[in-house]
Amino acid sequence: MHSVYGYIFVMAAVTYLIRMIPLVLLKKEITNVWIKSFLFYVPYVTLAVMTFPAILSATGSFVSGAAALVVAVILAYRGKSLFQVAVAVCAAVFVLELFLVR
Amino acid sequence: MNERKREFRAGLADGIPIGLGYLAVSFTFGIMAGDAGLTAPQAVVLSLTNLTSAGQFAGLGVIQAGASFAEMALTQLVINLRYCLMSCSLSQKLSASMPFFHRFFMAYGVTDEIFGVSVCREGALSPWYSYGLMGAAVPGWTLGTLLGGISGSLLPQRILNALNVALYGMFLAVILPPARKNKVLMGIILVSMAASLLFAKLPVLGEISSGFKIIILTILIAGGAAFLFPVKEETKDA
Repeated sequence: MHSVYGYIFVMAAVTYLIRMIPLVLLKKEITNVWIKSFLFYVPYVTLAVMTFPAILSATGSFVSGAAALVVAVILAYRGKSLFQVAVAVCAAVFVLELFLVR
Repeated sequence: MNERKREFRAGLADGIPIGLGYLAVSFTFGIMAGDAGLTAPQAVVLSLTNLTSAGQFAGLGVIQAGASFAEMALTQLVINLRYCLMSCSLSQKLSASMPFFHRFFMAYGVTDEIFGVSVCREGALSPWYSYGLMGAAVPGWTLGTLLGGISGSLLPQRILNALNVALYGMFLAVILPPARKNKVLMGIILVSMAASLLFAKLPVLGEISSGFKIIILTILIAGGAAFLFPVKEETKDA
């Protein structure tokens, strides 16, 4: 059994290195079209995968999660700001759960 | 100077929903850390130095099991390897004229949310914008951990449920607007969500950890899309 701070140090070091090494090593602009395209698409895939279906089970009920998804899709599609969308989905869940969850 | 201030402020503003979402998630983390035997200060140091959700939750299990440091390192490597992809992507958004040392500080803030918001910003990314995002997100993450650690029931579950979806709403606000004008992006988003659903529901695939699932799907889908739909010269809003 190691000390808790020892574990924390190992975790922090590994996580930081994973983040730092590519940022420091990739100094030049990548010219390879496939790699460029791949990196361009990365955030869209990553965020989409993280959002769905996780959003459906993030709240107290499936219905409020689904409502959050619908509200977010409509507002985001209309180009509302991050903050507006975030507040609107929180409010939608909160209000719905007043009725749904006891 | 003015430019820096403006970028920092814009980052702070965009970082508020991230900070709020983090508050909710890290609150849960604080509670679980307490259950795993960590003191509140230990939980706070863990959150401040790691700044990652899945990795920290998994780390608690490793600490509780009293496993070796090597096992801990490997667990973190697998779960957080997606940050490597994100940093590669982010490196292409940095101007060559930006002082190099900024890269070391910006690296600290490569989380799913901060990355997602930074990388979709138009033009070259200012480090000050990233620092603004961190300025809102890091206190949310740390404070939530502290609150969860010192009191298991400070916020009612109702509020936590509502805050929990803030992050997802934000993700959609990041990826959908560019997809409105770009059919390929819309297709990629829909395919990604469908594949993610399959991974969550199918028997064998459902066993895969969420960090690994993100890596596999990102490489397959973004890789396939890059092959089928290579991005034409200089998309400035990449």
